[in-house]
Amino acid sequence: MAAAEHGEQSFIHPMDQFVIKPLFGGGEVQLLSITNSTLWMAISVLGITALTVWGTSGRALVPTRVQSVAELLYGFVRQMVEEVAGEGSMKYFPYIFTLFTFILFSNMLGMIPGSFTPTAHIAVTATLALAVFITVTVIGFMKHGAHFLTFFWPQEAPGWLRPVLCVIELISYFVRPVSHSIRLGANMLAGHAVLKVFAGLFAMVIAGGLGPMAVVPLAAMVGLTAFEFLVAFIQAYVFAILTCVYLHDALHMH
Amino acid sequence: MEAEAAALLGKYIGAGLACLAMAGAGIGVGHVAGNFLAGALRNPAAAKEQTATLFIGMAFAEALGIFGLVVAMLLLFAV
Repeated sequence: MAAAEHGEQSFIHPMDQFVIKPLFGGGEVQLLSITNSTLWMAISVLGITALTVWGTSGRALVPTRVQSVAELLYGFVRQMVEEVAGEGSMKYFPYIFTLFTFILFSNMLGMIPGSFTPTAHIAVTATLALAVFITVTVIGFMKHGAHFLTFFWPQEAPGWLRPVLCVIELISYFVRPVSHSIRLGANMLAGHAVLKVFAGLFAMVIAGGLGPMAVVPLAAMVGLTAFEFLVAFIQAYVFAILTCVYLHDALHMH
Repeated sequence: MEAEAAALLGKYIGAGLACLAMAGAGIGVGHVAGNFLAGALRNPAAAKEQTATLFIGMAFAEALGIFGLVVAMLLLFAV
């Protein structure tokens, strides 16, 4: 997908921003090479660490500004986990907090011009979603044992329909990591690709000599950037809240 | 037309057709948001706690349109 040399005549290359390049060494990306994806994921983790460590070091009763932000973040995720995942879910709170803040910071840092969004790659989001799927399934089996399999057997349906519904339930359960990963990855990919297309249009209008008309793609880019900030937050929220919903299904099977 | 050009034509037409998925996503998300709005205007006090459901519903409806985008991307860049 790395169309570094472009044979055909298009001037807008929205997919070049997603190429993963090694930062030192050049050329091939190998198993342990430091790439731009690694760098931005590390910056995201360092940002989260800085916010939480700095925010919780004060421990004032009336919080300072940074402490207030850290408390807001904590309170928001805690309320979401308690509400949606039900009782017995607070011991999985650190995992959900990690997921939410990592995806939020990765998405938001990707809005910086010139940066890289690691969550736009299906490799990253598929790993996260697969981890959630395996975790939730293992939690379900650990809590309910083999009784967890009755989750797929619909009790409220007429007898002859139950095997059909069971197959449908199984298929929709296994499709969960697919939709979970693609939702986040494709949202990030689409947002940044569209921004790049409008930027290319802007450059084309300027290069074509119609100076004042360039305000049209520029206005579109401003609006889309605002929309992308919102989508970055919403997608992180939706990933976390769907994890809570799946956790609820595993813990209380209804 | 030789086979390569025909394949390229097919890829691009397929990618364009895959964008029709956006129509379904638009209708779906609008439907969810509209129903939420109607319910919230009837019962504003209960609207606050259902915003989570609103966002989950919108995410599910939007995701199907995004799957169309994924098909288009696959056709353009990975086939």
